[in-house]
Amino acid sequence: MALRNDEEKVNRVASSIAQKNRSLVRWGVRPAGDSYWALVVRRFLRHRLAVTGLVVLILMSLAALAAPLLAPHDPNAMDLFAFSAPPSVEHPLGTDSLGRDVLSRLLFASRISLSVGLGATLINVVVGVLLGGLAGYLGGKVDSAIMRFTDMILSFPPLMIILVLVSVLGPSLMNVILVLGLLGWPQICRLVRAEILKLKEQDFIQAARALGVPDGRILLRHLIPNAFPPVLVAATFGAAQAIIQEASLSFLGMGVQPPTASWGNLLTDAQSMGVLGSMPWLWLPPGLMIVVAVLSINFVGDGLRDALDPRLK
Amino acid sequence: MAVQLEERPQAQTEAPLLEVRNLVKHFPITRGIIFSKQVGAVKAVDGVSFTLNRGETLGLVGESGCGKSTTGRLILRLIEPTSGEVYFEGRDVLAMKRDELRALRREMQIIFQDPYASLNPRMTVADIIGEPLEIHGLVKNRKERDDRVRQLLEVVGLSSYHLRRYPHEFSGGQRQRIGIARALAVNPKMIVADEPVSALDVSIQSQVINLLQDLQEEYGLAYLFIAHDLAVVKHIAHRVAVMYLGKLVELAPKKELYNNPQHPYTQALLSAVPIPDPTIKRERIILAGDVPSPSRPPSGCRFHTRCPVAEEICKQVDPPVVEVSPGHKVACHLVKPGQPGPRLIKNPTGVPAGEPGDQKAS
Repeated sequence: MALRNDEEKVNRVASSIAQKNRSLVRWGVRPAGDSYWALVVRRFLRHRLAVTGLVVLILMSLAALAAPLLAPHDPNAMDLFAFSAPPSVEHPLGTDSLGRDVLSRLLFASRISLSVGLGATLINVVVGVLLGGLAGYLGGKVDSAIMRFTDMILSFPPLMIILVLVSVLGPSLMNVILVLGLLGWPQICRLVRAEILKLKEQDFIQAARALGVPDGRILLRHLIPNAFPPVLVAATFGAAQAIIQEASLSFLGMGVQPPTASWGNLLTDAQSMGVLGSMPWLWLPPGLMIVVAVLSINFVGDGLRDALDPRLK
Repeated sequence: MAVQLEERPQAQTEAPLLEVRNLVKHFPITRGIIFSKQVGAVKAVDGVSFTLNRGETLGLVGESGCGKSTTGRLILRLIEPTSGEVYFEGRDVLAMKRDELRALRREMQIIFQDPYASLNPRMTVADIIGEPLEIHGLVKNRKERDDRVRQLLEVVGLSSYHLRRYPHEFSGGQRQRIGIARALAVNPKMIVADEPVSALDVSIQSQVINLLQDLQEEYGLAYLFIAHDLAVVKHIAHRVAVMYLGKLVELAPKKELYNNPQHPYTQALLSAVPIPDPTIKRERIILAGDVPSPSRPPSGCRFHTRCPVAEEICKQVDPPVVEVSPGHKVACHLVKPGQPGPRLIKNPTGVPAGEPGDQKAS
């Protein structure tokens, strides 16, 4: 191989051109270390509510993870001496009508509720990005087919269809995650498609095509990463929604089944007027957890949206 | 395997590098969502023919929307033509299958107008310039790729320490250089330069133009140089083609075109080029009206609606292309070989005769 020869020739040519250009090279370049994500992190950190939300979420997740260590009692163990007991030293948040410790149940419930949020969102994102990406990139018939299917899913009243599906599949944690995951993707799908339609016409995609970059790689390396920021924002809001939907389902008795605790089925007790009036320790804490978790997620979503928006740079 | 940029001897063969025959692109206008039917067509490119030789620069000029950019993209098959023929080194580009087309990508490249939109904002310079090297198997590993990218950066006048930076950290001119380096990475024989300097500051324009010329000298590149700025084209092109509403109206060697423009449209265009000398007074041809819509182009000669010397025949018959002198082709009823053509004004360029090409792009 005449590779060495080539190399010398090229080096010679390159250095001759480089020499000519040297005088042009030394224009100032903006300070280093400004990768896109570094900028995003900096902008996010300026958003006070979002940072607070993130901290709260991290604390909640840590508490959920460490539930077995933190919980003062077994969440399903009954204290035969304290049925429906108000908060005390032994039971900081009191006990329910079966004598179970509310604080322990609340901690274990966080595990369930947060994993429903996370799991459903993951499914949403994977399905949504995949379908939206295909629809946007391939266009034509594929696009029409996927988008009409999406419209169909969107036209179902969500709580009804979820109730029906869960009752057909049987209420369990896995099924709740699956059903919420498989029904929540249309928003993300539409978002990704719109984003890809916009990006597809950009010159850098044309350049990639002109360079012979295969379609799959264009989709994965050029289109989807650039369509990702709005997806991230939509996904956070989706997670909040999934938590709320799980709570509604469980409240109606169609979600996570007792004795497993989730924020929603802890609220079930509040269905009775007596509990609602005289035993606030049973429903106030899980209600608050839901509100705080959803609020925090939404704040993080807001922060991300602002941080990722290139126009605010 | 030729891993490196090679020097190529310039223009030694007679056969053109690129030959375009009767290229047509009609974008359909459809109505209805499910049962869409075609109600018309935008005739963006409507029968364009030209050749491009090795190491040559062909300037393609015309107003916005006349189909220049579409022509460039059709040749690269970024857009599929409606009809026509494109031959690259004798090979039929439009008949190529996916694999052949991929191989062709190494020989034909494109540089874009907008240096902000043409680079992926999420990729580092090393990834942007290195991608073509990777997908065409021109480098074996990351280190080799980075070495090659450094070399390419130096070739286009950037520093090799820019490797890990993102596009937004560069100025417009620097980004354009990155785009040029990306096109050079595959060691092409021809580059479609789609208005490569019109989005740049005037001071940067000349640097990029000079870079393109240096690269042409070193590597024997052929350029299809698309522009609306006749001054820039005058500086860089060997031959110039003038386009109006999807058709070529005149094609000639540069000096010939600038000194002896035949088509009334060419004369009008040339008279509109500003001269950076306030003491020179000259006549200008002001065209009346707007460019007609390419979805309903005028009958006959497409320029007749705005042509100050149009005759009855111009409204009815599409003018044939005539060669008035070797290499000088014009599509106008009023131009006949051997006879002086229509002269709207004495000296459209406004520059005293006998000094062509002294008006540098700067």
